[in-house]
Amino acid sequence: MPSESTGQSEPSSGGTSPSVSGPERTTDGQVDDTHHWWRIIGFWVVMSAIADPLFYYLAGPHIPPGTMSNVAQGAQFDFNILIVAALPVMLAVWIYMGYAIVNWRASRNGPEPIGGPRARSNIPIQTTWIVFTTALVLFLFGFGTYELVQPGGAGGGQGPSPIWTPASHDVLPIQVIGQQWKWTYRYPTFGGFETTQLVVPDHTAIAFHVTSLDVVHDFWVYQLGVKADANPGQDDVAFATPQQLGTFVVRCDELCGLWHGAMYNYGSVLRSAKFESWAEATEKRLAENTKFLPAFAWTYTPDANGADGGYYPDNVDPYSTVETYGATQPGEPLPSTKTTKN
Amino acid sequence: MATSTVDTEGPSYPGEVSEGHGVIGARSDWLKPNVTWAIVGAVGGWFFGRYVGDLIAGNWPVSQNTTMNNVSVVFAMSFGVLGWIAGIGALTYPILKMLGREPAPVQPSSSWVRYFRMTEDHKVVGLQYLIGVLVFLFTGGLLAMAIRTELLSPTSHVFGPGTYIAIVSEHGTMMMMMASSAVVGPLGNWLVPLMIGSRRMAFPRIEAFSFWIFMAGYLVIMTALPLGGFPTGWTAYAPLQTQANPGMDAYLVGFAVIGIGMIAAGFNLAATIINYRAPGMTWSRVPIFVWSILATTALLVLATPTLIVAGYLGVLDRTVQTAFYVTEHGGSSFLWENLFWFFGHPEVYIMALPGFGIVMEMMPVFTRKPLFAYRVAAAGMIGVALLSFFVWQHHLFQSGINPDMRPLFMLTTELISIPTGFLFLVTLGTLWRAKIRFEVPMLFCLGMLFNFLIGGITGVFLSDVPVDVTVHGSFFVMAHFHYTIMGGLIFALFGGLYYWLPKMTGKVLNQRLAKIHFWTFFVFFNCTFFPLFLVGLLGMPRRVFEYAHNLQTLNDISSVSAFLLGASFLIFIFNFVWSVYIDPVKAPDNPWDSRGLEWQTATPVPWFDFERIPVVLSDPYRYSEPGAPPVADPGAPSLGSVGAMSYGNAVGPRDVESLPDRPGDLDPRPPIL
Repeated sequence: MPSESTGQSEPSSGGTSPSVSGPERTTDGQVDDTHHWWRIIGFWVVMSAIADPLFYYLAGPHIPPGTMSNVAQGAQFDFNILIVAALPVMLAVWIYMGYAIVNWRASRNGPEPIGGPRARSNIPIQTTWIVFTTALVLFLFGFGTYELVQPGGAGGGQGPSPIWTPASHDVLPIQVIGQQWKWTYRYPTFGGFETTQLVVPDHTAIAFHVTSLDVVHDFWVYQLGVKADANPGQDDVAFATPQQLGTFVVRCDELCGLWHGAMYNYGSVLRSAKFESWAEATEKRLAENTKFLPAFAWTYTPDANGADGGYYPDNVDPYSTVETYGATQPGEPLPSTKTTKN
Repeated sequence: MATSTVDTEGPSYPGEVSEGHGVIGARSDWLKPNVTWAIVGAVGGWFFGRYVGDLIAGNWPVSQNTTMNNVSVVFAMSFGVLGWIAGIGALTYPILKMLGREPAPVQPSSSWVRYFRMTEDHKVVGLQYLIGVLVFLFTGGLLAMAIRTELLSPTSHVFGPGTYIAIVSEHGTMMMMMASSAVVGPLGNWLVPLMIGSRRMAFPRIEAFSFWIFMAGYLVIMTALPLGGFPTGWTAYAPLQTQANPGMDAYLVGFAVIGIGMIAAGFNLAATIINYRAPGMTWSRVPIFVWSILATTALLVLATPTLIVAGYLGVLDRTVQTAFYVTEHGGSSFLWENLFWFFGHPEVYIMALPGFGIVMEMMPVFTRKPLFAYRVAAAGMIGVALLSFFVWQHHLFQSGINPDMRPLFMLTTELISIPTGFLFLVTLGTLWRAKIRFEVPMLFCLGMLFNFLIGGITGVFLSDVPVDVTVHGSFFVMAHFHYTIMGGLIFALFGGLYYWLPKMTGKVLNQRLAKIHFWTFFVFFNCTFFPLFLVGLLGMPRRVFEYAHNLQTLNDISSVSAFLLGASFLIFIFNFVWSVYIDPVKAPDNPWDSRGLEWQTATPVPWFDFERIPVVLSDPYRYSEPGAPPVADPGAPSLGSVGAMSYGNAVGPRDVESLPDRPGDLDPRPPIL
């Protein structure tokens, strides 16, 4: 704190002490304020040089969503780069504000504030500000676009016709069906069986085909860094390549009604070989059920029975009362039980 | 209308007592339109609408299968609003005009009854708006307390999931409705004519109408609770919207009603600012707060109609079974998302820009310096207003829209941070070598800058698509927009209230209580919302009533701080009631030593603002400049003829140099108090 309140107005000693005993003037009569600049910039450089590596190397590796898939790792890296870019900006504002609050508070013997045209605008500073923020924004845009395109859409839902795909041509499609209020998964490459447990192989590019039977849900695999809205009547594709074994959480991330908060389940990443055997075993185990499911399709439309009955593949007249595609009216005996008993 | 012979004509401006009319007090005040009649009209309209709706749709299968007939609910709300508006007297003037009769002029009144009536005094409307906004804010705040109570524990519940969703949705919707008028309504209406040297608003009846329909919107959205609430949040995504119970109609009708008020208020303020500036009030001298209101009015007028259309389609879907938003029947759930956010993102800047304006307006007063880079500030707010129409799809980054759009909207969203950042260029530049007085409004300014920096920077994170994949729809988003709206707008609003309430009420607010209010507000605001960034990053979606056990500590910190934050608002209420009503201390005319034109009027401000139209000589920010001219010459000779004056000062701004040199007062009318 400067000691101007005591009334001592000693000449400033070389501009190093935070003396505010009066505007220093250069030989041509202009108010000299370069020492303020140097103090603020110096402090800012030091603080940024400390804060950025501290964050990047200490906190950075632990930033969600972790590194369980390539897109999760990309999101983590991207978040860290944004923090590294944001910290100096925030520090600049805070240090400047702190400096102003400490040094330029009103006091009886303090210096008079500057006025007039000098205080009203400063074209070099304004230009620098605009150029700098524009350059920063354009850099972030380029970086974000690269990070979006390069890993195949960064795990976001790309709608029915994705334009950024994984490098690998060997993509495993898994259908994700959202409905109030649960997730189910169908594996078209394994006979289209349906399960409530999401199991994926590691080091395999996976295409999540997300759709909904009723309202808009959002398929959020937190650890895999995948998020795609489940829209009724739309096939929304998101890509991810798991690279670590483990379990993960699937949550609904779009408000979908009463039990939205309880709409989650779990899944796991298995080794590819283990996944193969799991899928084949499950296909056999569920074969009895699978044949009564609607034929696999990219989207489904609930039939006239709505929540009471089944659903059928799209492109079927929704007003048809004849074809029920395996769905039954409430109270009717299941056609399946008859056939299986014979 | 002839402009030169005003004395022989009828009332030339509201409030003037002319001989032809003016049987004052012939009818009791209670028989004239007032809020009692509005309530009667609203209740009558409600039951009439229920009756008509039941008559039309009572036997439709959809009404019989569900518990409630949506047609009758929508009719009840619409007729209720109509009855409210008719009861308050907003329709009297246009109906009489259409019938070819001349309505009686509105008399100036100093009775407290004027606050419960349709009035043409922008200062009364401003105070009405202030109370209305605070009622909105505190109702929504109580709901926020309920949300934080439920989130104290991850698994044991205070509310059922249905009640919780209804509370969340009601909180979000009410706060959005409130925030869109939080500054434009009270401070915009109260201050703009005084700041630009006008005696009146361009459309005083439309201004009063905008307030009363704003309150009608409050009543409509409150009916959602007895109707069972609605489960969609404030975004109301279809088709969840279509299947929701009748509380949803309150959302759709209520937002449309509020929207009508927003458009009306926007038109009036824009017309006033453009046409009613005092002579000499050139665009380069207009106070920066007025610039921010002007930019906001552009958004109010251009963005809000989209919301009304979207709500109308939603009402049709829910009542007469159209399928605009129902994919199975040929509609699209994306239609709502696009229409809603096409309104919804400009709405965000409707809420942010007036906050910028307040902070930039107060900053020079408390730093005793001119506003730095005034032109950049004005241009920046216009730029934000323009760009805000081109960013809405960043809300749909994960929704399965055409992925081509993603880099484009990432670019526009990040570009908008450039003009938004001008706020910091201007305020930080104003702080340079200043003489900062840490009065309460200045504290709120600095607090707003601190909060808005965090809110703005996290906005850039959300605009980055790969990061957005993780944080979209999580508590991170929720913390972000609370930092911008509550940390930005509401901080600015309270700073503005502490700054201008001495002018508006003529009373000094207790500064010690005000400082306690600021510090508790600032500390507990940050303790409430900063942990929610972490909670969102750690994987907690918005609007859930159950969450992972490991997030309980952070949620509890947030909840306890939220309760203390709520208590901090009580300090403000206590201070306001105590200082204005119980133990009033008369405020000095210019307590902050400001150069602003609004402080050059008498306190309380007379009915017609200025005795004479001031002639503006300089902008209001020339502090610490020896030899700077005063901001205005209040006694300058009036401009033009008396008739031109009869429309306030519609002659438009002129340069002082081009003023005709006419000595003597050409405006013979006495000020009406």
